[in-house]
Amino acid sequence: MSETARKENFNQYAGNGILDVDAIRAQFPILQEKVHGNDLVYLDNGASSQKPLAVTEALSRYYASQHANVHRGVHELSDRATEAYENARKIAQKFVNARHAEEIIFVRGTTEGLNLVAESYGRDKLQPGDEILVSEMEHHSNIVPWQLIAERTGSVVKMIPMDDAGEILFDEYQQLVSEKTRIVAVTYVANSLGTVNPIREMTSLAHEVGAVTVIDAAQAAPHVALDVARLDCDFLALSGHKMYGPTGIGILYGKRELLSKMPPYQGGGEMIRQVTFEGSTYADIPHRFEAGTPNIADAVGFGAACEFMWETGIDTIARHEQSLLDYIHERANQMDDVRMYGTAKLKAGVFAFTLNGIHAHDIGTILDRQGVAIRVGHHCAMPVMRHFNIAATARASFAVYNTHAEIDRMFDALDDARELFGV
Amino acid sequence: MMDDLKALYQEVIIDHSRNPRNFGQLESANCHAEGVNPLCGDELTLQCLVDDDEVIKDVRFVGQGCAISLASASIMTEMLKNLSKAEAEALFEKFRSRVTGLTHTEPADIGKLEVLSGVREFPTRVKCATLPWHTALAAINGSDEKVTTE
Repeated sequence: MSETARKENFNQYAGNGILDVDAIRAQFPILQEKVHGNDLVYLDNGASSQKPLAVTEALSRYYASQHANVHRGVHELSDRATEAYENARKIAQKFVNARHAEEIIFVRGTTEGLNLVAESYGRDKLQPGDEILVSEMEHHSNIVPWQLIAERTGSVVKMIPMDDAGEILFDEYQQLVSEKTRIVAVTYVANSLGTVNPIREMTSLAHEVGAVTVIDAAQAAPHVALDVARLDCDFLALSGHKMYGPTGIGILYGKRELLSKMPPYQGGGEMIRQVTFEGSTYADIPHRFEAGTPNIADAVGFGAACEFMWETGIDTIARHEQSLLDYIHERANQMDDVRMYGTAKLKAGVFAFTLNGIHAHDIGTILDRQGVAIRVGHHCAMPVMRHFNIAATARASFAVYNTHAEIDRMFDALDDARELFGV
Repeated sequence: MMDDLKALYQEVIIDHSRNPRNFGQLESANCHAEGVNPLCGDELTLQCLVDDDEVIKDVRFVGQGCAISLASASIMTEMLKNLSKAEAEALFEKFRSRVTGLTHTEPADIGKLEVLSGVREFPTRVKCATLPWHTALAAINGSDEKVTTE
């Protein structure tokens, strides 16, 4: 795909909104916390973002005035809970721009969503010799479920390689896609590198051979306006807690024509139509995939997180984070001892690096004592570490409430690390 | 800069991490073990020569990791030489008590390992300091299982 086309894809999300960071920060009480006597600088948003009052208040309001079990009570509270839960589904539908509300399955998070597709769609469709293409920059949660299902079905997992900038080698991908390809599993934004992948183009190529695409949108959801209609992807999973929502809730989007033909993932209450000891019939989508009492409260909280992002403006958030990323790159580029990982032309939210002479783990400890929270390690992306022949990186990842001054704080703390290590 | 960071990253630690002692293969080894910390990717392989009286005659290691784990491994290899298996185990118990902050008894003499006692202020880093020891004891005890912190 041409460079211009890719830029166009991305630019449609970049608006001109100006962000009032102080007003945003005031909505996140945890940012007032002191860590080891210092003001908290939270740069571990890729692992999990903090929560605005709108989300915690929605949770509290739900429990205080709406809670009962859903879909089965004849009483008022069950009605309220059902309405709140199904309303959250409609919000999620709008959040990813799905055509139908029943294309949204509530799951625990991205990991469960991806496992659901592997177990249900994969188990049903994969034959010995079929191929599942998985990119080199995937989080383990978009590798291991495919390995597990490949083992059981006799299908084969093949890696779509990336270059040293952390971009998919599109030509190689084109070579790999064949009549044997059934599933292409790829991340929208790479958690260890920040690369934004060309999902629409990858999907269109996959569709030429009748394969489906499964998109890990865990890192994309907080930074990029999601649009499954435009991407035309077949499945897309994301986690609420990385996009200002509660833990333990996420969504799986699947095209209705695919989901409606897929066998159940887990059995239990909620997902059945009729149960006899001769056999059971299953509910329609989405309930077929939501066995047991769902995580109602956190679904409501997830809805509140989507609304928080809309109110702030997803294009405004993206623009703000892009300016943080530009700034951190600019500063890091002036430092000879800093090596960046992930220098793709399109990036979102993530700055991964190593510092000569200081192991990432030590950097993490030293920064923490200055109140600066980053993630260090392999970021559940060991193939990425292997690509660069390293064991670990340090990673700063952004959210809407981060500031340029916080990036300065991180670099000041890196100076402390250099001083301690005499480098 | 905070004192506890200075206590953790003393010059001796930095020196051992940059120039680890007894680093490399031990051709005469008769036991070995591997240790990994899956959370951070630290890994080391430790080789020992233990004689018939269960005395550690030599020990070497290879691996990569943070300053704490490398320095701990390096200092440990210096201290293990000519200790019996029982003495090595006893020393590790004293060291572990020190770095986990279990100081309700009189501080034991842990010799050179004293430089690592700053770790007790950093609970998340205790595993970095103890992984080489767990690996060494696994090697001496003839365990084939890979040692992991998790």
